[in-house]
Amino acid sequence: MTDIAEAPSAPALDEVIIRFAGDSGDGMQLTGDRFTNASAMFGNDLATLPEYPAEIRAPAGTMAGVSAFQVHISDHDITTPGDAADVLVAMNPAALKSDLHTLVPGGTLIVNRDTFEERNLAKAGYDHNPLDDEDLAGYSLIQVPMTSLTKEACAEFGVKPRDADRSKNFFALGLLSWMYSRPIEPTMDWIESKFAGKDLIIAANRAAFNAGHAYGETAELGSQRVIVKAAPLAPGTYTNINGNTALSWGLVAASQLSGLPLYLGSYPITPATDILHELSKHKAFGVTTFQAEDEIAAIGAAIGASYGGSLGVTTTSGPGVALKGEAMGLAISLELPLIVVDIQRGGPSTGLPTKTEAADLLMAMYGRHGESPMPIVAARTPSDCFDMAIEAARIALVHQTPVMFLSDGYLANGSEPWRLPEVDGLPTIEVRYATEFNMVDEDGNGTFWPFLRGEDGNRPIALPGTPELMHRLGGIEKEDGSGNVSYDPDNHEHMVHLRNDRIAAIPVPEAELEEGSEGDADLLVVGWGSTWGAIAGAARRVRVAGGRVDHVHLTHLNPLPANLGDLLRSYQRVLVPELNLGQLVRILRAEYLVDAQPLSKVKGQPFTAGEIQFAITEALDGPAGHKEGVTA
Amino acid sequence: MTDLLNPATDVDDGPVPETSRADWTSDQEVRWCPGCGDYSILTALQLLMPELGVRREKTVFISGIGCAARFPYYMNTYGVHTIHGRAPAVATGLAMARPDLDVWVIGGDGDMLSIGGNHLIHALRRNINLNVLLFNNQIYGLTKGQFSPTSQKGKVTKSSPVGLVARPFNPISVALGAEATFVARTHDMDRHHMQDTFRRAHEHEGAAFVEVLQNCNVFNDGVFASITKKDVREDMLIDLQHGKPILFGSEKQYGVARRPEGVVIVDVAEVGIEYVLVHDETIRNPSTAFSLSRLAKTPATPTPIGVFRAIDRGEFASSVSAQIREVQAQVGQGDLGDLLRSQPTWEV
Repeated sequence: MTDIAEAPSAPALDEVIIRFAGDSGDGMQLTGDRFTNASAMFGNDLATLPEYPAEIRAPAGTMAGVSAFQVHISDHDITTPGDAADVLVAMNPAALKSDLHTLVPGGTLIVNRDTFEERNLAKAGYDHNPLDDEDLAGYSLIQVPMTSLTKEACAEFGVKPRDADRSKNFFALGLLSWMYSRPIEPTMDWIESKFAGKDLIIAANRAAFNAGHAYGETAELGSQRVIVKAAPLAPGTYTNINGNTALSWGLVAASQLSGLPLYLGSYPITPATDILHELSKHKAFGVTTFQAEDEIAAIGAAIGASYGGSLGVTTTSGPGVALKGEAMGLAISLELPLIVVDIQRGGPSTGLPTKTEAADLLMAMYGRHGESPMPIVAARTPSDCFDMAIEAARIALVHQTPVMFLSDGYLANGSEPWRLPEVDGLPTIEVRYATEFNMVDEDGNGTFWPFLRGEDGNRPIALPGTPELMHRLGGIEKEDGSGNVSYDPDNHEHMVHLRNDRIAAIPVPEAELEEGSEGDADLLVVGWGSTWGAIAGAARRVRVAGGRVDHVHLTHLNPLPANLGDLLRSYQRVLVPELNLGQLVRILRAEYLVDAQPLSKVKGQPFTAGEIQFAITEALDGPAGHKEGVTA
Repeated sequence: MTDLLNPATDVDDGPVPETSRADWTSDQEVRWCPGCGDYSILTALQLLMPELGVRREKTVFISGIGCAARFPYYMNTYGVHTIHGRAPAVATGLAMARPDLDVWVIGGDGDMLSIGGNHLIHALRRNINLNVLLFNNQIYGLTKGQFSPTSQKGKVTKSSPVGLVARPFNPISVALGAEATFVARTHDMDRHHMQDTFRRAHEHEGAAFVEVLQNCNVFNDGVFASITKKDVREDMLIDLQHGKPILFGSEKQYGVARRPEGVVIVDVAEVGIEYVLVHDETIRNPSTAFSLSRLAKTPATPTPIGVFRAIDRGEFASSVSAQIREVQAQVGQGDLGDLLRSQPTWEV
């Protein structure tokens, strides 16, 4: 932990939510990311929400080009990036206009005054300068000429004004770092290493950062300065991790734990591409990455690699999953291990590529031809993507089946402090391959039947290269046992049931109530995926206010936990918040005949705890469902 | 941790045992229509495999969907009958994961040039070590007689009852356009030519593409008869031989010459043997080979067969694994504990 020696007298806040907003070219994601890392190193608990447009560079200064990064830092355990910002940094008029609604009434608004001139105001659709009138009276407004101060600070290093303009995000970072007593060293170290060899850029960014920091000291902003103390996290080594990095590392770990080389077949698609980037870096682990010609080739190659004895993985988002559907059916028919990762985004079609949604559950569950069940797991937080990647690999390899891993844009890009696991404590994944005959043919000679199942119900997998066990696999229906092509009606019915039953029988952990639940509350909230943080935060608030609410979170969506039906039926009211129109709730109602009610949000943004808190309160105050009177 | 790129199967098993056709024949009943050209291709390959000095267990046939795609079931090797068009993709993953294997891809003209056209051109472009055999019968057989991407313009089929409007793909031109490093054509009526061509494809390091003109006697019978029947071959098939003048005809009276507009057929007596093009498979620029592929406009005019192009260029899968080994040689095997600590960390 880094000490803050310079601000002993700053008043302490238990948490703060800061939102950096600016043009896509202003470097807001980087600014937010650096602030987050400095806060992580300082020891805060934190959660982040990067929000950026799909266009790489929308027209500068327009509403379409606004990019924002929200970070919630605290001295206690938090689960969401926060409902509304306490501080909004607006680098231009468009950012002010698009993001002002995210600022709490009375919140601190810091603007780059230099950009509030005619041209930028017009681009944002202002017919006057909002800084000049009463529009912003309800906020604590701090106007800072960031652009000109940055240019001034950089001038002595011989940086041209135009180049200096690019460093103004570091001015903002310096100012916010002063206001929230962030340690300086992590940012300075980062600038040095990131721009190594580019001395002028290092000088400019350092000068801008220092100027912003000094501005806080000298411009009578002293009353604004606060400190958010470190959170009492469990002892251990921590790193700040986002979901896609955690997922990538989880796949590397699964490769090591199973002893199988990792093979990734992928095609670039937002917001999954970072997994391809990350795994491409890890050749030292024997990871092979293949950027295929399309989504179908990506899964096809992963199936080919899996057939050859690798841990085959394909990563994509919803549109890619749709394209891979037929190949998933092949992997199901061949009973080969495979992981299909879906980083969900707003849909349908191109939809909202950079925004989050969780509306692929029913596609994951049912979106293939024929009866083609696949196990489904879903991560709940960015760091949980590590554990769930290992879990997906375990199910795929032990039960010889393709597995769907659901994450979403919010988990993929959001970050949180992660206590690193002990590598030696991770359980190995045992993989067995056939090496000997398992049948005798009519002539009394040994032979190999690729679908003659063992006691565990698995078919024997003989890798190509295994002497004498040559055999043919195919997507055509095969006779159970011999694996020969079979159009026999009874055999097909047997195989359809068999493929269904073997997935349904995969053991998954029991559903357990989350911390703070009592077991007999008036309402059970059921979550899956990235809604965990917002539901947990909402449940805490409701309990503080005296409400009784229990919370269960589903990490395994297929098969569902064996005890789930009894658990659901033991509550009078069940609420299921989802970033879709009610997909899990539909499954729960169909599977368990319970009157579970949906809570839906499809704005391309995660739930806030406040939204779920409101819904819980409404549900607790309202009449119970038709099972009124049923008690645990 | 173990070296994950060295699967346990990748060990020296001693000399390759002697085999016969029977060893390469599976116990499955062959279910092509009687008289189908696929039978002769199967026979040619089953007879050839014992001569190639390879192990059955190290040989894998991957196919898509269609009549040709049933091929793997009949070979006593490893094999996967995948889904329509995707065989080159599945084979690519297998060949990357297992460079020790000899991977063959079998498919028809619909499978590899229509639904799977994208996978084919990219497999050829990358130059991954696959032996790709495209059985071209210019028709969809398994769905009972629709035109295919190689059917001739004007062709009357069930889905083009008044004649096909679109022009066809020329498979050799497509492969050369993708800059495949080995491109050849053979036909189902000549076992020895097939075997010579398949052997060359097998020996080639990289993606080897072979178009096999194949007769569908049910839905497109005789489509190549005017060039492949024994009594017309001498005049209608132009057998490309590396380093030799391109000549054909019973008296070798015809030749192929290079003109500014492309290659043309000439009367040798008229122009002189010195004007006849000497075939060179190894020219890196594919232009001449492409021009040769355009010589026959329909399967009723003299058509080149044999190896159009065979050049050496880095093989894809071995280059990918070489990058991995190079990194491992520089930084050693990855350590998971170090990976987890590769970003800034802090202690609580």
